[in-house]
Amino acid sequence: MNTLNRLLTGAAVGLAIAVSSVTMTVAETPPNMLVIANRIDDITTLDPAESFEFAGSDVSRNVYQKLINFDPMNLDAGYQPEIAESWTVSDDGRTITFTIREGLTFHSGNPVTAEDVEFSLRRAVILNKTPAFILTQFGFTEENVEETIVAEGNTVRITTDKPYATSFVLNCLTSTIGGIVDMETVMANEVDGDMGNAWLRTNSAGSGAYSLVSWRPNESVTLQANPNFYLGAPAMERVIVRHVQESASQRLLLERGDIDMARNLNPEDIAGAREAEGIKIHDELRGRLMYLAFNQKHPELSKPEVRQAMKYLVDYQGMQDSFLSGQYTIHQNFLPRTFLGAVDENPFSLNIEKAKELLAAAGVPEGLTIEAGVREAQERIEIAQTFQNALSQVGIQLDITVGTAKQILGRYRARELDVYIGAWGPDYPDPHTNAGTFAYNPDNSDEANATGLLAWRNSWDTGGLTEMTDAAVVENDTDARVKMYADIQSQFRDTSPFVVMFQKIEQAAMQENIQNVNLGGATTAVTYWVITK
Amino acid sequence: MAFADKTGEGRGRVSLPNWLRRTLVTLGSIAVTMLGLLFVTFIIGRVMPIDPVLAIVGERASQETYDQVYRELGLDQPLLVQFAYYLWDVVRGDFGMSLLNARPVAEDIARVFPATLELATLGTIIGVVLGVPLGVVAAVRRGSWIDQIARVVALVGYSMPIFWLGLMGLLVFYGILGWVSGPGRLDIFYQDIVPTRTGMILIDSALAGNWSVFGNAFSHIVLPASLLGYYSLAYISRMTRSFMLEQLSSEYVTTARVKGLSERAVIWGHAFKNIRVQLLTVIVLSYANLLEGSVLTEIVFSWPGIGSYITTALLSADMNAVLGGTVVVGLIFICLNILSDLLYRVLDPRSK
Repeated sequence: MNTLNRLLTGAAVGLAIAVSSVTMTVAETPPNMLVIANRIDDITTLDPAESFEFAGSDVSRNVYQKLINFDPMNLDAGYQPEIAESWTVSDDGRTITFTIREGLTFHSGNPVTAEDVEFSLRRAVILNKTPAFILTQFGFTEENVEETIVAEGNTVRITTDKPYATSFVLNCLTSTIGGIVDMETVMANEVDGDMGNAWLRTNSAGSGAYSLVSWRPNESVTLQANPNFYLGAPAMERVIVRHVQESASQRLLLERGDIDMARNLNPEDIAGAREAEGIKIHDELRGRLMYLAFNQKHPELSKPEVRQAMKYLVDYQGMQDSFLSGQYTIHQNFLPRTFLGAVDENPFSLNIEKAKELLAAAGVPEGLTIEAGVREAQERIEIAQTFQNALSQVGIQLDITVGTAKQILGRYRARELDVYIGAWGPDYPDPHTNAGTFAYNPDNSDEANATGLLAWRNSWDTGGLTEMTDAAVVENDTDARVKMYADIQSQFRDTSPFVVMFQKIEQAAMQENIQNVNLGGATTAVTYWVITK
Repeated sequence: MAFADKTGEGRGRVSLPNWLRRTLVTLGSIAVTMLGLLFVTFIIGRVMPIDPVLAIVGERASQETYDQVYRELGLDQPLLVQFAYYLWDVVRGDFGMSLLNARPVAEDIARVFPATLELATLGTIIGVVLGVPLGVVAAVRRGSWIDQIARVVALVGYSMPIFWLGLMGLLVFYGILGWVSGPGRLDIFYQDIVPTRTGMILIDSALAGNWSVFGNAFSHIVLPASLLGYYSLAYISRMTRSFMLEQLSSEYVTTARVKGLSERAVIWGHAFKNIRVQLLTVIVLSYANLLEGSVLTEIVFSWPGIGSYITTALLSADMNAVLGGTVVVGLIFICLNILSDLLYRVLDPRSK
């Protein structure tokens, strides 16, 4: 049925291309309103202390300001002042003191003060929701926030447990959890000591370019421009994100002119939209990586030559050019391109002969059978099948188990899978996020139960990379830090049981008159306030 | 003798009035069916390869967080205890909070259900208005070209994936011809203009006397409703045809014809009159089917109804929402079944 539906949809879309160019009459959205089709069913909450999903981060990025933030028109420049006008770092490298910008106001009209910043950061630590680790990794706890996060006059001082690289701390403060909320409004809506959590899930109390008008789950998110935004009132007075599940439906809405932008077109619909008049495609590198991982508990898979061989058994180019067309690009390093410290070396390509030699050298028995776990997503299953095909050419049988998150992730986290085929996205815009999961594993014992670390999930003793990762995260000379991550990644490419394959490219299709679109790159989320049309 | 004893006992009981006994039996069967439904959905929810804890804490959470949420959800309790808690909540009309948006599931359902109700009702009306006459004519003119057309219409309705037909409909009538509006219930410019009273936009806008909103809502609903109407037409016309054929071949019709009654009087006055009750049952069941089975239509048309609500909840492991939605849909199904049963009894003299 699924295949039939895909075929039939293909036929419908083909017909659209054949006839649409001549007969379609195009409507137009109002000039001061931006209408976007997106899948927003991942939103669970809009409280910045709790939100950890893509569509939720999109909202947060526009509604809340942070101490420091990225300039959407110049992401490469790194973090810039936002609520904090400037900052100083103490001599011991543990305390950063931020000076709060004068004259900022929340949507409620209340001024943005140092107390609001103190409250927001403490609140995130105390609530301790899923993304709280981004802050608590600096040693902040519910018990010590009164000493570690302190407002004084128009400054806020934060003190970490160790002298981390300042860039690491600041990068973390740009993630969603760093959003500053209006203390007075939030506490006025507190229920049962929840610090306004229930209320903030569906309401906003920020100082950003937009305020939240409404969020209807699986239906729409509506934002209203903040005329007092410190960089000037945004051109788009209203932004409406409509939940449209189907790629084909998104494309129809776009080509009819009922929406300005479609964010989830599949490769076929992107190809079709490219042909349509008045539509352009915007490509942007995002942070998500596709990778293979090999469990080091397996006696054969843990041999160094076998780990090497696997890297030559992936048809990177073939997959990029076929079913991943335009939506993933070859990338063989654990830091996504555009991240601080990212490198662009992709030495591996499909080479059956070389793999055979390596496997022979390792003494891998002919007819070895291993099991791969894949979550039920079309492109991942196709990657698994392509890999299966390459393995069969060197006498290894790959059994593919397709399952839900519970089945597959459960076994992955319990270190039971031979091979995992999956995806990983950075949690916050600092190189430590991925270094700390791929190349860091201080205790490889089963008892450590460090399920959050990918290296642990694959029972991989990182062979010195753990110590290098520890050193890089406290290095304060940014150039030296970049060099350290390059070294870690170089060794990782050679020795790790991970085959990083692809980095995500997001393709957004939009009306030609839309300008300054920025989806946030690998580091942050979409920004609406710079958009004009 | 044993048999005699039993009858003797029976005679001794206080006999309830017929209507009361029937009502009690009906209520009892509703209760038992509901209990069964609740139990089955609950068990399915527990054995499904979906992890509600993972849905809450995310892929990266530590084992401690995971265990804590596991306990908070009561998943460490024995299954029967969990079911007892669940029953107690449901009886009080509490389906719990949605794990995803932290709102009461009951409120969510109250918000999404009118959208489905509106769609399914319009779809059924279209199905009845077109399907019944088509079925009657097909039966009367058995074997004629119109019967053949009716057969093809029904066949296509049975076999074509609704998903594909929906996309094609959108493509032709919205994309190319521009006769109707696209996915969604309203154009963005018309949103939040009329106050929500019933949640059914056609009715709300009519109540508010805002005819431009009404028109926009109508141009959005007409395509998905026609699609559902088509599927219900396919079913209703086939059933009507077979009921009619049965009547037309019976003796009283021959007698009526012999008596010299006009063909019109024979068909509509006699034969059709006799199938009304059966037909009503078919229509009620078809309505129930549309209410619960319009999932794909709702997804293709971005229609925020209960079908897409349950699907999304399922895909994101929001078990409270799935269970709540399923129970509500099941309740409606049971009620409509009982309704059709009652109508049958009331309208059909033979059943008395």
